[in-house]
This record gives sequence, C-alpha cells and structure tokens, in this order.
Amino acid sequence: MFYREAGQFKTTYRGDQAVFPIFQDKIAVFALIIVAYMVPLVANEYWLQAIFIQFLVFALMAIGLNLLMGYAGQVSLGTGAFAAVGAYACYKLTTNIEGMNVIVAILLSGGCAAAVGIVFGLPSLRIKGFYLAVATLAAQFFILWLFNKVGWFYNDNPSGTITAPPREFMGFLITGPRATPEARYWVCLTFLVAFAWFAKNLVRGHIGRSWMAIRDMDIAAEIIGIRPLQTKLMAFAISSFYCGVAGALMIFCWLGSAETEAFDLFNVSFRVLFMIIIGGLGSIGGSILGAAFIILVPIFLTNFPPMIGLDISTALQKHLEEIIFGVMIVVFLIVEPEGFARLWQILREKLRKWPFPY
Amino acid sequence: MEFLESIFVAPFVEMWNYPEFLAELILVGLSTGVLYSLVALGFVLIFKASGMFNFAQGAMVLFAALTLVGLMEHGVPLWAALLLSMAVMVGLAFAVERLMLRYLVNQEGLILFMATIGLNFILEGTGQLFWGSDVKRLEIGIPDKPFDLGPILLNTFDVTAAFIGAALVIALAVFFQKTPMGRALRAVADDHQAALSVGIPLKTIWVAVWTIAGIVALVAGIVWGAKSGVQFSLSLIALKALPVLILGGFTSVPGAIVGGLIIGVGEKVAEGFWGPAFGGAIENWFAYMLALAFLVFRPQGLFGEKIIERV
Amino acid sequence: MPEGTAQTNSGRVIGDVIMKVENVSLSFGGVRALDDVSFDVREHEILAIIGPNGAGKSSMLNCINGFYHPQEGTITYKGKRRDTAKTYEAAEEGIARTFQNIALFKGMSTLDNIMTGRGLKMKRNFLWQALYYGPALREELEHRAKAEEVIDFLEIEAIRKTPVGRLPYGLQKRVELGRALAAEPDLLLLDEPMAGMNHEEKEDMVRYILDVNDEYGTTIVLIEHDMSVVMDISDRVVVLDYGKKLAAGTPDEVKGNQDVIDAYLGVSHD
Repeated sequence: MFYREAGQFKTTYRGDQAVFPIFQDKIAVFALIIVAYMVPLVANEYWLQAIFIQFLVFALMAIGLNLLMGYAGQVSLGTGAFAAVGAYACYKLTTNIEGMNVIVAILLSGGCAAAVGIVFGLPSLRIKGFYLAVATLAAQFFILWLFNKVGWFYNDNPSGTITAPPREFMGFLITGPRATPEARYWVCLTFLVAFAWFAKNLVRGHIGRSWMAIRDMDIAAEIIGIRPLQTKLMAFAISSFYCGVAGALMIFCWLGSAETEAFDLFNVSFRVLFMIIIGGLGSIGGSILGAAFIILVPIFLTNFPPMIGLDISTALQKHLEEIIFGVMIVVFLIVEPEGFARLWQILREKLRKWPFPY
Repeated sequence: MEFLESIFVAPFVEMWNYPEFLAELILVGLSTGVLYSLVALGFVLIFKASGMFNFAQGAMVLFAALTLVGLMEHGVPLWAALLLSMAVMVGLAFAVERLMLRYLVNQEGLILFMATIGLNFILEGTGQLFWGSDVKRLEIGIPDKPFDLGPILLNTFDVTAAFIGAALVIALAVFFQKTPMGRALRAVADDHQAALSVGIPLKTIWVAVWTIAGIVALVAGIVWGAKSGVQFSLSLIALKALPVLILGGFTSVPGAIVGGLIIGVGEKVAEGFWGPAFGGAIENWFAYMLALAFLVFRPQGLFGEKIIERV
Repeated sequence: MPEGTAQTNSGRVIGDVIMKVENVSLSFGGVRALDDVSFDVREHEILAIIGPNGAGKSSMLNCINGFYHPQEGTITYKGKRRDTAKTYEAAEEGIARTFQNIALFKGMSTLDNIMTGRGLKMKRNFLWQALYYGPALREELEHRAKAEEVIDFLEIEAIRKTPVGRLPYGLQKRVELGRALAAEPDLLLLDEPMAGMNHEEKEDMVRYILDVNDEYGTTIVLIEHDMSVVMDISDRVVVLDYGKKLAAGTPDEVKGNQDVIDAYLGVSHD
C-alpha cells in the first residue's frame, strides 16, 4: 500500500541509475542513518562496546571482503591478515610520527594494507577458486607470524601487544581507553556510512562491471578488453584497503589493545567470510546485514538461556555457536546462496504488491 | 648482511658439518610427512569423487579421534571403540550425503567449498559438545622408545606410524587404480551428470567416498592423537595438508603422497637450519610459502595435467 | 576507383586489406588444428569462414583474438603483428567478438553486459568512481547513452534490467552481439551467430549483421554453417577443412569449386 513505485517515472539516465531509484527507499535509508547516529543517546556503554562498535568494524570488513569475493570472484581467507596490517600500520604511524592526525593515519594504514593485498593478490593471475583460497592462507599465517616475531612492529613492547594511543580529532578524544564509547561509535559509524557509499558507487560503475565480468567469465572479460591482472589486483587492493581501515578501527576504536591473536583465521577471516555468505555474496547491503547477524548470535547465546532460566557454560555456548554458524552456512548455501540480500529483495517485491499476491 | 648470510650461507655450512643432524631431520620429516599425506589423501579422495574441496577433513580427524577417545573413557575396550568409531564415521557419511551433498549436485566448486567450511564448524562443535574440549590422552599401545640407527636417533613410535600411514596409502592407491569402484569414482569426479547418465549411482559413490575419507580421518586421528593428545588443534592439521595438495595437485594420489613427504621434510629441515635466523616457529607458514612459490610456476601441481582453456 | 577496391551490390566500398593471415599453423600436442592457412581481410567487407566441424574455424578466430598463439606464421592487423599479442590488446585495437557457446556475464543484467563493452573507453580512475560524481558521473551517463543506442538498435529495450542468465537462447545471442557492438569495433568476429536459432531469429540476426556492416562500415569475419545465409550475405568466403585452406573467393566461385563440394558431400577415394 505505502510501498508503491507507481507514478515514479525516470526521465533521465541519471535518475534511472540512482542507488535508490524508489523514493520510499531513499527516505527509509536516510532515516536509518539518522537513527544510527542517535543510537548512543539510548544505548548504554555495554551495548555500544560489545555490540554496536564491533558490528560497525566487522561490517566494514565484510564490505571489503565482499568487493573481492562477491564482486570480483576472488576467494580470500586472508582477511584477518589484511586487517592486522591496517592495525599495526596505524599503531606505528600514530606512535612514531608526532602530531599525525589519527584519521589520516587510519586512511594511510588502509593504504599499507592495500599494498600488502596487491602482493598477495599476485598469484590470482595464475590460480583460481580454492587454490587461491589456500594461497591467501599463506598471507594469513605469514603476516601474523611476522607481527608476532619482529619487535619493531609492536615497538618492542615487552607484552607483545599494541595499544591505541589517545588521540583527538577536532578537539574530541576519539581513540584510546579514555575516549568515550559514544565518540568511538560515531567515528566508526561515519567510516562505515562513507565507505559503504563509496563501495556502492564502485560496484555500479565501470570498475564494478569489470570485476563482475572477471568473476562471471574471465576469458570473455579479457576478450572484450578487460586486463585481468590489473582488475584483479585492484580488487585485492581496494578490498584490503577496507580490511585495513577496519583493522585500524578495531584496535583504535573498539578493543583498545590487542595481540596478533585478535586477527587470526577463526576470529576474523572465517567470521567475515560467514558474514558475506549469510548476508549475500555480491551485495553491499547484504554484507552489513550478515555482519549484524554473526555478531548477534553469540550475544543472543550469552543472554537468552539465562533469561529463560537455563545455565550454560561458556564452553557449551561456544560449541553451540559453532554448530549454529555451521548449520546456517550450509542451509543458506543450499536454500538461498544469495543470502539475506535476496530474502530482503523478495520481501520488497511482496510489499510492493501487498495486499495482492501478484 | 649478517642476516643474508644466516639465510643463504650458514645453513648450508651447517648441513655440511652436521650430516647426522640433517639425516635425522629428514627422517623425522619423512615420518611426519607420511601423516600429512594421510590427511591430504582424505582431501584427494573426496575431491576426486565429488569435485569438492572438503575443508572439513581436519574436523573429521578431530571428530573421529574424539569419538574413539570418548568411548574409551567410558570404559569401552579398544577394539570395540574402534569398531564403534568406524560405525560413527559411516553414519556421518550417510548424514552428509542425505542432508548436504544431495542438495548441492552440480553446484560450483566454490559453493561446495564454502559448504564444507560450514560442515567443519558443525563437526568441531558437535565433537566437542559431546566429548568435551580438554586434552585427552590416547593409549593404543604403540611403543614409544628411542633407538639408534647408526649415528641417527629414531623413535619406534614414529617408525610405526610411518608404516601404518604407508600401508594405508598403498591400499588406497590400489583401490583407486585397480577396482571398478575406483574407476566409477574417477568418472563421477569428471562430470556428475555424465556419470549419472551411464548408470553410476552417484549417491552410493558419495557415501562410499565419504566413508573412506572418514576412516582415513580416523586412522590419522589415532596416529596424531596418540602422538600429541586428542585436542582441538588436531583439526588444524587440515591446514597443514592444504599446501600438500597444492604441491601434489588436488586429483593425484601419488601427488598427495610425494607432496606430503616434501612438505614434511622441507618443514623440519627449514625449521632446523633456517629457523634460528628467523627467530623460530617458521613451521606454520613455511609450507604455505613453499606451495605458493610452486604454484606460481606450476599451477596444476606436481602430477596434475596441464589445463587447456577453451572458448 | 583505386586499385584493390571494389564495389558490392549494396553500395559499400570495400577498402584495403586490414588484416593479413599468413601461413598460420597451430597444433595442440599432436593435433594440427590449423595448417599453413593464409588469407586476408579487407576493410568493410563481410568474410565468411566455412568448413565442416573440427575444420579449425574457431581456432582461427582464437588466433586472431590472441587467445591462442600460432606456432608458425604471422597475423598482421592494421600493420601490427597480432599473432603474439595479448587477448585484451585485440580489444584495444578494435577487434570485438562473439562466441559459439555464449560467453555472457551471467550474473549481470543486459544493460551491464553491454556496458562492459564500453569499458575500454571509460577512463576515470577509481577515486572519481568511488564518488560517482562530476567527471565520473558524466562519463557514466555518456556511455549509458551509447549503450542505449545499441539496445535500441537490437530491439532489446524490454530486457534491459533482466539478468542475462534468465534470458532465452536467442536473446542471449543478441545481447552478446550487443556487447561486441558497444565497443564500436573496426573488426567484428562472429562465431556461429545463428547456431541453434529458428528461422525468424536468423532473419533478425542477418538483418543486424548487414545493418552494422552498412551503417558503421564494420568489417565482419563470421563463421556459419547455414550455407544459404553465408552465400547471401558474405562478400568473400574462405573454406577450411582439417585445418587446411581448401578454397577462397566470392560465394559463386566457392560454390563451383570441386574440392569444396568433395569436402562437404564426401568423396569416395578409390
């Protein structure tokens, strides 16, 4: 009833190519962003720290991986490593360069991650599919080992951890342990909104089409003039940039301090992979939905059983979580390989026609 | 400069000066290598029969070993526990076919791969849910005594394990190359629909293959478990087997064997001679780097066939 | 009229040689797919390559494309060697192509598929594209307008936003032609553009091919099995059999050639 596009004709190609061609969608998304900015007014510190900031960081990473995997079709299990590069680069930049603006530092660390991404993306010219997945595992293991072994990366700190120094932006303390969760939340949210929009622009333009062409049929793509190496490396670079920025935010705005373990295969790479499978490969919105889902399941498992009087141990909870994720992955791959994004689309179709079935 | 020397010169000098150490590392490497081959074989079997890169192979090792140890902890004698664990692995094969593979026929390799990552998590979760996640000792009566072979120090356990592995590897190789079932498997791997159309029962084949892979996992689990205890980290040896596959090619049984041996030896020798220069613990990534370097020059693996692309 | 040019019945002027294939041989392992094949292609003409199955027709296109590199012989296009060049360089030089088994990007819409054909002409870097504003937006809209021209020409407006994987075969073939046309090629290679089509669809396709040749002066090399079509639309015909060139010439010359008749009808060797 209210969700109708009747009468909304597009008379220009520009109007036709808008991200949200339907007026109601545009309103809804803007409203959602405004609500997101107002969350700290109602949410308490635990909610911000444990759920919302974590969600924003992982959503950014999921978008990054989805650009590479969902759009360009290159599998990566090295997400954690690329995020770690961002985190450690940001740590080195802020601690070693006096007066470095922290936002600039975060963007530069994204650049470092992009450079590393390009190096580990090189094999993608020769190998495809899960061969490539295994190659990216090399990045995962090697980079984390490097950050663990070489003291230079963590300033020879005896504890072996990196800690976000307190830094201000425009007069507000936004990083480090004493920054308020509200400030950190807003920083992460702004990054997510901006970069989600950039990602959407990339994938609906020439670069996105080249990526999808390579994904769908690389030989045909080459024959119409798409250079495979450049295109794939650009996907690796941009994807790693996103992961690197997310990694920097992870330390600076979420965890405060961490060791390499925070970025390992199971904590990051697989989690982010699950987010995009469940959310929907090849969908920016899906990445965000998937991230929300994967973050919420453990929270639910911690809080729900006690609410109904069940007392389950943390170990049990962890195993249940594994089983639930595993089952979800298999079910989604069988029933709806395009994930939440597709379910959302179907729902919208239904809404348009409601109350009629067709 | 000093660093370069410690990489490019010093290790070779040491090898020359301490040939016994080198020989010992090679032998230890070979015995670990056989075990890598064993896990890699599980991958190759399933890949050949279903075009599926079964990431869950490692979790199957853990699951099998946990089941065995769990049963023995409840007072079941070894032989009965072995039989029961085997039965569990057969049941698992049926379940996987029934609940998962059946719905994924003719899907892209990548989708199948991701599905097995899901399966990996299910198995890890269920295994530990039932049997707990603390480290368990597995006593199956393989003697663990050091002995001398000339100037080289060896261990009866490693040797026995290597023999068990070798026996299984040979049995599987024969099965694949010589039996009608093996031939059917290879046909299925080539093209699901074509195999169906000449009357090969896809479902039976899949169950058979997953059963074999399950039993291979059980053997690997027993050997690894007896060596280092049954614990979560068992499922990580799957990660060790991946470079083996790249080296040997995903479809080649001899490739898995030779690849496993190369990775096993390479890893131990690298750790022994180059490890100090890098500050140790290079075992974790050395195999991957080796495989990666190899991949760039020969993407089809040691024994794989050259791929001719067509339009 | 200068030497080397001729006028066809439709009034097009056939120009100079733009591509020369000289003594090209290609083998896979022991199989000889092409054996010492030579011919040339003139500007604005429609050249058909015909021959029985497995005669090496597609391999020939693949060599021109740079997808295969012949072991012997040379291919010169616009004065440059093509036989050693990369596939994507062919596109940059103005060679576009369709495939025997449709090679569309299945996950993308018709419009996006056609837009990929414009890709080579889009130059804005990723920073502009991330903003989707200013020059990047202008560029996108400019090329969208071009893509729409192709869509108009092929009469596929209604399926603009449909994912190509869901389209019927005949339409997919048309979209694939659209993708090639969007690149505004100088040389268009068509690999069995009418295979598997019904009579009506074939008529449409022939019309599109002739229109492209007529309106844009695009040189066309096509492989086709339907002899009536080949004889009707092509200016010249090259006949391949077992990787060797059997004959070349105008449709009428080829029709009368004894070797060609033997190859097609079979001949008893006694």
